[in-house]
Amino acid sequence: MSPRAHTPPVPAATDPALIRNFCIIAHIDHGKSTLADRMLGITGVVSDRDMRAQYLDRMDIERERGITIKSQAVRMPWQVGDTAYALNMIDTPGHVDFSYEVSRSLAACEGAILLVDAAQGIEAQTLANLYLALENDLEIIPVLNKIDLPAAEPEKYARELAELIGGDPADVMKVSGKTGLGVEDLLDRVVERIPAPVGDADAPPRAMIFDSVYDSYRGVVTYVRMVDGKLNPRERIQMMSTRATHEILEIGVSAPEPTPTKGLGVGEVGYLITGVKDVRQSKVGDTVTTAAKSATEALAGYTEPLPMVFSGLYPIDGSDYPELREALDKLKLSDAALVYEPETSVALGFGFRAGFLGLLHLEIITERLQREFGLDIIATAPSVVYEVTTEDKKTVTVTNPSEFPTGAKISEVREPMVRAAILAPKDYVGTIMELCQSRRGALLGMDYLGEDRVEIRYTIPLGEIVFDFFDQLKSKTAGYASLDYEPVGDQAADLVKVDILLQGEQVDAFSAIVHRDKAYAYGVLMTGRLRELIPRQQFEVPIQAAIGARIIARESIRAMRKDVLAKCYGGDISRKRKLLEKQKEGKKRMKMVGRVEVPQEAFIAALSGDVEKKDSKK
Amino acid sequence: MGSALPLGEPAPLDGLLPASAAEGADGRALGVYVHVPFCRVRCGYCDFNTYTASELRGARQVDYADQAIEEIRMSRRVLAASGVASREAETVFFGGGTPTLLPADDLVRMLGAVREEFGFADGAEVTTEANPDSVGPEDLLCLAEGGFTRVSFGMQSAVPHVLAALDRTHDPARVPLVVRWARDAGLDVSLDLIYGTPGESLDDWRRSVDAVVSERPDHVSAYALIVEDGTKLARQIRRGELAQPDDDLEADMYELADEAFADAGFEWYEVSNWATDAAHRSRHNLGYWRGDDWWGVGPGAHSHVGGVRWWNAKHPAAYAERLAAGHSPAVGREVLDAPTRETERVLLLTRIREGIDIASLHAGGRHAVAGLIADGLVDARAALAGGLTLTRRGRLLADAVVRRLLED
Repeated sequence: MSPRAHTPPVPAATDPALIRNFCIIAHIDHGKSTLADRMLGITGVVSDRDMRAQYLDRMDIERERGITIKSQAVRMPWQVGDTAYALNMIDTPGHVDFSYEVSRSLAACEGAILLVDAAQGIEAQTLANLYLALENDLEIIPVLNKIDLPAAEPEKYARELAELIGGDPADVMKVSGKTGLGVEDLLDRVVERIPAPVGDADAPPRAMIFDSVYDSYRGVVTYVRMVDGKLNPRERIQMMSTRATHEILEIGVSAPEPTPTKGLGVGEVGYLITGVKDVRQSKVGDTVTTAAKSATEALAGYTEPLPMVFSGLYPIDGSDYPELREALDKLKLSDAALVYEPETSVALGFGFRAGFLGLLHLEIITERLQREFGLDIIATAPSVVYEVTTEDKKTVTVTNPSEFPTGAKISEVREPMVRAAILAPKDYVGTIMELCQSRRGALLGMDYLGEDRVEIRYTIPLGEIVFDFFDQLKSKTAGYASLDYEPVGDQAADLVKVDILLQGEQVDAFSAIVHRDKAYAYGVLMTGRLRELIPRQQFEVPIQAAIGARIIARESIRAMRKDVLAKCYGGDISRKRKLLEKQKEGKKRMKMVGRVEVPQEAFIAALSGDVEKKDSKK
Repeated sequence: MGSALPLGEPAPLDGLLPASAAEGADGRALGVYVHVPFCRVRCGYCDFNTYTASELRGARQVDYADQAIEEIRMSRRVLAASGVASREAETVFFGGGTPTLLPADDLVRMLGAVREEFGFADGAEVTTEANPDSVGPEDLLCLAEGGFTRVSFGMQSAVPHVLAALDRTHDPARVPLVVRWARDAGLDVSLDLIYGTPGESLDDWRRSVDAVVSERPDHVSAYALIVEDGTKLARQIRRGELAQPDDDLEADMYELADEAFADAGFEWYEVSNWATDAAHRSRHNLGYWRGDDWWGVGPGAHSHVGGVRWWNAKHPAAYAERLAAGHSPAVGREVLDAPTRETERVLLLTRIREGIDIASLHAGGRHAVAGLIADGLVDARAALAGGLTLTRRGRLLADAVVRRLLED
């Protein structure tokens, strides 16, 4: 018996009862893409020969890191008994930075496959997404993957999963995406367990945007889940958040190549192309209706993406500034969450202050700038958004330490907080608690997950998380700990801005907002780094760290005493002149802070912490 | 001079100079430098163009004087054919290598060729470098009788362990002897010192400076050791066998020497040179810094005439071949444009006491002077009189001063 559907349901004319919309919730490298590929093969939408490895992940970076940044949706036919069904598999981003996008993807589904590596057990992000799925009332199908691995412990992790979602360990399915074992049963289970979508076919159309992707040939491709009514080709649609209208140039489903259809009906999942060129005109979470028969009420859950982490992006070669601008403009077309504005730094020249959803988002953008646009860039230390109130009752939103009010007395600084959940083997509990406490975390609770793993929950300032926390966590737990966090408001804290001064001149790129207890350590660290990195000048250069006018740490670079070629006869002259010309060229790349000449590399090394003692000779 | 040849355009086989070289030649002094590219041993720090017997690849020391004389004869023909005004030589300088490794007769013969071709100006200064262990009293007498007026001894240090680190073979006790012999022969005497040798302490250096002062030479040079790429010294430092000379210690050493020399009646006239009076300054070397003309004879020798710099084939064998074929030994040259000549002028004149005329600097340079005075690098009194003279601190930072003077 071939389970492949003989007469697959036709898009735009599919009875909602024959539709199943589901997603796969999984941690990075737990095998989601492999399983998805296997499903595409088994259902026959992609021939084995055509199948690229990990078909759903389109971007190189995603593939290399084994993570999915942008979700996609694929329609697959599947036959159970005499009935042919249409399964829509909606891929979800796998990272905490994209939790809003995850929530919208989940909202497009009625059920979710909870996919867990049978050798590793559930991870913090998966747990977070699982909570999210349960909140959305999704039917959960627990599945252990990679059961073909020798290290697999299916019984142990089946118990863990059953405990988590409440159920019988025997109901936890066991599959191998790699060999295909159990995947057909899993597809049957999807049809059997996941509820069919429900909607009003006669109501004004409402479709939720769960993804919006920029394609350089076709413009923005908008992925939607139909809730009510129907959308047709050439129809004029309206975005409910902005009231903007566009004409549908193409409507269709991914199978998995884009396949135009006669429309999309209740419960269906597909794409729209309207010719808009910027994903901001087609925002994730927004409701699409038609201009002619407008819905009155938007679907719930839409929010604007809010940048949580800010960083200055600067070209290492100042003349690349226009290219950087162009590259950001292009990235922005496909990334609704990326925001930026021009910024000038004494130390780094012209660049941009950019806002990101989180650290991974920041990393992805800088990597794409380097890889896809060939730009060498430096990102300043990430910073979060502070609300600073001065004694004259004015409140300033500070996304860059340079915006920290200096004139008036500060009455309160509020910083964003997150609720962090860390999953790790129980042996690391002490280490993790130590780390969290040193980052001003407050313990919320701790739960055992199965026999030997613990979930530890903390509230921690986001500012502490963005500074090197994840790296520390990984290195202190031999890579075993996983982290998830979500914003939980803000708190007042004793925060100060530490400035770094070079011969009395402030070096903006090094200013940081830190807790008062850590100001001294930061000052000592930075002044020490700069002393090592900045070459000696013709005069002594004091390096100071200061809170306002108060100096908290100080170093100095002794004056250079000798800079002369001892012998200058005959052939030395050409040599000396050429050296001079080279120095003159080099000087163009020097940044001037007051009278102090600093090689750009020194600033970059100080920012990245890559401190190797400067050469004492030129 | 370091031996690596600069990059430039190829020099023509006939050695003829572009017309620009002749402009204003009658207003410039002419010097002749004769390079003697032989040493008994190669010192670890030295990257000069010099060869020990085993490195000569068939070139022979005994043939060298005749080859150099061939170039001297050619030099006058080339200058004349290039339209450069003929002038008597103001100075002749034999350097090396170790000139005194050749028989004194050879040196005298080469000098004779210069005299025959160019003639000597009144009071011409004729110098040879010499190692304390490569000359005896007869040699010095012979040189003096042959027309030499001045000898510059490579003393380097008075401290045995410092000499050893430099691979210098002479006994420091020989220095007073050679100085006396030179004096007896009627020669002016200059002593050369090197400071900053790995392992040399400030006290070691003081001993050397005191030793020089007690010899009462007419002239002293003191050079900070330059670690040249490709030398044994550079390798030893890279391998950690010797310490990298320390800039701060070298600055201390320079200050110590400058003070001691001044106390003993020497006056600095260039960053690394001191003389008892103006008459005993090395006029040949001043020619380099003042942008005068000089012809450099010998393998790897550099020449300069009116903004054209050129250099000869480096190896004595290649040098000899070119001459034997009737070609100019010059292999490369650069014809400097006006901005480059100005850069060189500032770069070189800044080093000497009667430095540059402030009024002759471009606006950016003139503008920089006030800051240089404020920073204690340029003498205020001299500047008020229109001249740029470095202070002691300024001499130690002369390259930085030059960069500031050349800023736009």
